[in-house]
Amino acid sequence: MIQNDIAILAPEIALSVYAMVALLAAVYTTKDRMAPLLVWTTSALFVVLAAWIGLTGRGTQVAFEGMFVSDAFARFAKVTVLLSAAAVLVMSEKYMEKRGLLRFEYPLLIALAVVGMMVMVSAGDLMVLYMGLELQSLSLYVVAALRRDSIKSTEAGLKYFVLGALSSGLLLYGCSLVYGFAGTTLFGGIIAAAGDGHTPLGLLFGLVFVTAGLAFKVSAAPFHMWTPDVYEGSPTPVTAFFATAPKVAAMALFARVVHDAFGGVVGDWQQIVALLAVASMFLGAVAAIGQRDIKRLMAYSSINHMGFALMGLAAGTAFGVQAMLVYMAIYVTMNIGTFAFILSMERDGVPVVRIDALNMYSKTHPARALAVLVLMFSMAGVPPLVGFFGKFYVFNAAIDAGMLWLAACGAVASAIAAFYYLRIVYYMYFGEEGEALDTGGNPILWGFLMVSAAAMVLGVINLFGVEGAAAAAAATLVN
Amino acid sequence: MATIILFAPLIGALICGFGWRWIGEAAATATATGLLFLACFLSWIVFLFHDGVTEQIVLMRWIESGSLATDWAIRLDRLTAIMLIVITTVSALVHLYSVGYMAHDDNFREGESYKPRFFAYLSFFTFAMLMLVTADNLLQLFFGWEGVGVASYLLIGFYFRKPSANAAAIKAFVVNRVGDFGFLLAIFAIFYVTDSIQFSVIFAEAPRIAETEIEFLWTTWNAAEVIAFLLFVGAMGKSAQLFLHTWLPDAMEGPTPVSALIHAATMVTAGVFLVCRMSPIMEFAPDATTFIVVIGATTAFFAATVGLVQNDIKRVIAYSTCSQLGYMFVAAGVGVYSVAMFHLFTHAFFKAMLFLGAGSVIHGMHHEQDMRNYGGLRRKMPYTFYAMLIGTLAITGVGIPLTGWVGFAGFASKDAVIESAYVGTAGGYAFWMLVIAALFTSFYSWRLMFLTFWGEPRGDRHTHEHAHESPRVMLIPLGVLALGAIFAGAIWYSAFFGKTNEVVKYFGGHYEAPSDELKAAVADRSPKASELKYVMEDPPGGAAIYIAPENTVLHEAHYVPTWVKLSPFVAMLIGLGVAYWFYMVNPALPRKIAENQRPLYEFLLNKWYFDEIYDAIFVRPAKALGRFLWKRGDGNVIDGGLNGLAMGIIPWVTRMAGRAQSGYVFHYAFAMVLGLAVLITLMTLTGGGE
Repeated sequence: MIQNDIAILAPEIALSVYAMVALLAAVYTTKDRMAPLLVWTTSALFVVLAAWIGLTGRGTQVAFEGMFVSDAFARFAKVTVLLSAAAVLVMSEKYMEKRGLLRFEYPLLIALAVVGMMVMVSAGDLMVLYMGLELQSLSLYVVAALRRDSIKSTEAGLKYFVLGALSSGLLLYGCSLVYGFAGTTLFGGIIAAAGDGHTPLGLLFGLVFVTAGLAFKVSAAPFHMWTPDVYEGSPTPVTAFFATAPKVAAMALFARVVHDAFGGVVGDWQQIVALLAVASMFLGAVAAIGQRDIKRLMAYSSINHMGFALMGLAAGTAFGVQAMLVYMAIYVTMNIGTFAFILSMERDGVPVVRIDALNMYSKTHPARALAVLVLMFSMAGVPPLVGFFGKFYVFNAAIDAGMLWLAACGAVASAIAAFYYLRIVYYMYFGEEGEALDTGGNPILWGFLMVSAAAMVLGVINLFGVEGAAAAAAATLVN
Repeated sequence: MATIILFAPLIGALICGFGWRWIGEAAATATATGLLFLACFLSWIVFLFHDGVTEQIVLMRWIESGSLATDWAIRLDRLTAIMLIVITTVSALVHLYSVGYMAHDDNFREGESYKPRFFAYLSFFTFAMLMLVTADNLLQLFFGWEGVGVASYLLIGFYFRKPSANAAAIKAFVVNRVGDFGFLLAIFAIFYVTDSIQFSVIFAEAPRIAETEIEFLWTTWNAAEVIAFLLFVGAMGKSAQLFLHTWLPDAMEGPTPVSALIHAATMVTAGVFLVCRMSPIMEFAPDATTFIVVIGATTAFFAATVGLVQNDIKRVIAYSTCSQLGYMFVAAGVGVYSVAMFHLFTHAFFKAMLFLGAGSVIHGMHHEQDMRNYGGLRRKMPYTFYAMLIGTLAITGVGIPLTGWVGFAGFASKDAVIESAYVGTAGGYAFWMLVIAALFTSFYSWRLMFLTFWGEPRGDRHTHEHAHESPRVMLIPLGVLALGAIFAGAIWYSAFFGKTNEVVKYFGGHYEAPSDELKAAVADRSPKASELKYVMEDPPGGAAIYIAPENTVLHEAHYVPTWVKLSPFVAMLIGLGVAYWFYMVNPALPRKIAENQRPLYEFLLNKWYFDEIYDAIFVRPAKALGRFLWKRGDGNVIDGGLNGLAMGIIPWVTRMAGRAQSGYVFHYAFAMVLGLAVLITLMTLTGGGE
């Protein structure tokens, strides 16, 4: 029996073993000089694992008596997490090296965080949920404070840690309430306790607390406050990482909890999720307008996007989950491209994060400006770019579920959000002539930018088949 | 061949409109004109060798959506063939004429290129008109219908620097929209009832349509009546019938060749064509056709009265057109579609010629259009004079009475209309209106002639000294049209207004002996017409037009009392006599009468005050509403609201959000706890827990 369980957990185990072995190897050998190699091997391993999970996974397998679930939904989330983590790692290598930040712990902490995420999305039990979440979070706290000599970076790490601890507390409190009222921590047991028409209020309170904890992880308003500060303070590659893989994992976990454990009380959590969605969409849209720092801007942008993804979840249907997954996949792709661009923004070798530095960028870098234009339009949801279809999907899900008002709010919020995306385009094409940014730069970043932008255009054909996979994933989660 | 006819003008328009920069103005206009003559030549071949059998030439599959399936196809039957020659002949001649007429134009600046644009519009118009008449289904017809509307709009407003031309163009377009709305409703109704817009299907279904009831405006109606009525509303707009006629006189703001082509010979007759084309439905809608007769007769009378007092040479002819269109509708309304087409056919020749003649006068008189400033031009412009004379003889209907066909074109067709009207309305309203209109027609036509070509030169001496005959390129079209104005009636008399069997055969149908009851009924009604030998055998849609067996107007019209046959001729003579008296013998008399009968004169001069009434009822309230919505609704509410939101509220929220983002961890934690409290409260209040 245990062999079976271990076989199901093989990818996670492999990654953990790798992380620990590599850690020891680096400590006892060349330390930081080994870092570039580790970056590449780690991302290679991510890709291999993604391929392994994506290509060989079949059906739904349960390990440890339901505590760990490997189904199409988990696989979809894991593949997305692994691929985006690999991309961000590769993108960050040169940047970190140039600034003396490329420590050997960095790729390994990322690897451990990814293990945490993989456990999270497969959780079938509140314990496993908490374990995965904390493994992820602890790694991320450290990564956020990676630049130890920078006050901002340490402040970001500390803030993230303190608030993260608070959210963990809320989550744990919620878990204990749920356990108290359901008598079990297994999702399968909770759904049985919650779905029989007589749901104890305490159980719902537990749900709210759990939701609050998860909302913190996906940085949904009003649990978003850490996001701008942490995004701004962390080294840019770390910010890029924060904006991609953990968001997918947390969103997937969110979906798993509300559907697997609380699928019987959809009507109860629906309104909470919808409220979070509306608050996030509007806050992300409105607060970003005042930002001049592109990293803070991206923080609010991600809050805004999480609002849209939550809208899909709020629909409470399989189609809603599918819409959410498609939206996240698109969101991650757009963000990788955008951060590839942000990482390449330098003047005289020093990173620049002010958006007015982009004045007349199209004059000096027409190709990149065009790519950024495509990405920004896609983020704003301008048809016919892929970003539009993401929004279209979630709106559709909301309307199908009879939440027209939510879709209407989303449309208004996306109109407001379009302002700051378009402002970047405005600066690039119509701004005043200013000091130009450096030319040349890292070909890897250039490649990610261009591929991501091209995906925004070419994806309209069939979204690269993501729809089908997302539909299959959603079908296993909601039934 | 039909395909070439259809597309030659389009190609001409494209080459001329877009290609003139490469091939030059002269080559561009020559190409457009040349292609039109090609189309004209082929049309005559099609017309002369047409055997009457309906042909369908499918060009492509056009639309497939649900149960709506439509080809883009040419329906070639007798009606189409007639329209083909009318359109292409007049259009080709107008193209040629325009080479001379548009050579110089003071409305454009030195070096400005306007000719290719003009010719491209003309050719585009011709294409759209051909689309209209070759349509195989209602949608295609509607495409052509709107296409000619656009072309008309562009050409009326061709002198775009003249505010009056722009206003007239907009007026024409808007008034036509009213009619088009009816037409669209008719198409919808037809599709609703028959599930098709294909003519062949609709016509075959016509008897069933007549038995269908549909709900429209909270009342149940007979489907055929509603459809026929709505179709006629569309026709009223395009053909400038009473209540929707106001745009036609204003359309004279366009260059004169345009008036000749669009607002006399072709586009305005599209409504008549539509009614004839839809004859299978019209035959099942007696009430709607009665309405058509009444409107047609009233229009004929009304326009003729207004024409009596107009001073602008083009406006006189415009009202004359309006009036003649009324004649055609009366014919169509009483059920003699062939006669309606007959008058359409002859009218195209003589009216185009009158317009082109008027254009020639205007051209020679340096764009002076007021007839009071003409006079004695007979000697200055002999060819134009003879052409106009022929046109006038044709429109007033000069011929040898009681022979039926020995006379000018208008004689044969107009008398046919009046005789049919006598039968169709049992000697009632329409008949008398038309006879009186014929009298007025004769009066204003001769008034125009006398004022323009006889008497002493009036007005600016300088202009008269420089008055000159037009160049040959403008006179040739006049000559060709003159042939039509003289002979078209006599040649095709039997085809359009012969015995029933001749007409039926000409329009591609078959005839059979009538039933005995029908014979008895006809003999009872008019003893002179008792020898009813033939009625149409084909079902609806079998031939180009459909004449129900019970519809014997065509037969009986040949046996009307002699006084009826003489009446239009007498009316013409009276009109001529009075005009001669007024403008040759005693030129002071008209002014005196005008002063004695001031209110009547003003009433007519102001066109029965239609424009003023419409202005007060529709235009001004619409403008007021528009201004209100613009200033208050759009300006204050929408702009104000959006600006307030975008420039006031959102930046404020942004500032608030920025302030909340203080950087203090305890603020952040507080926000989280607050959020949690809200969610818990919400869950407690609205959740389903117990």
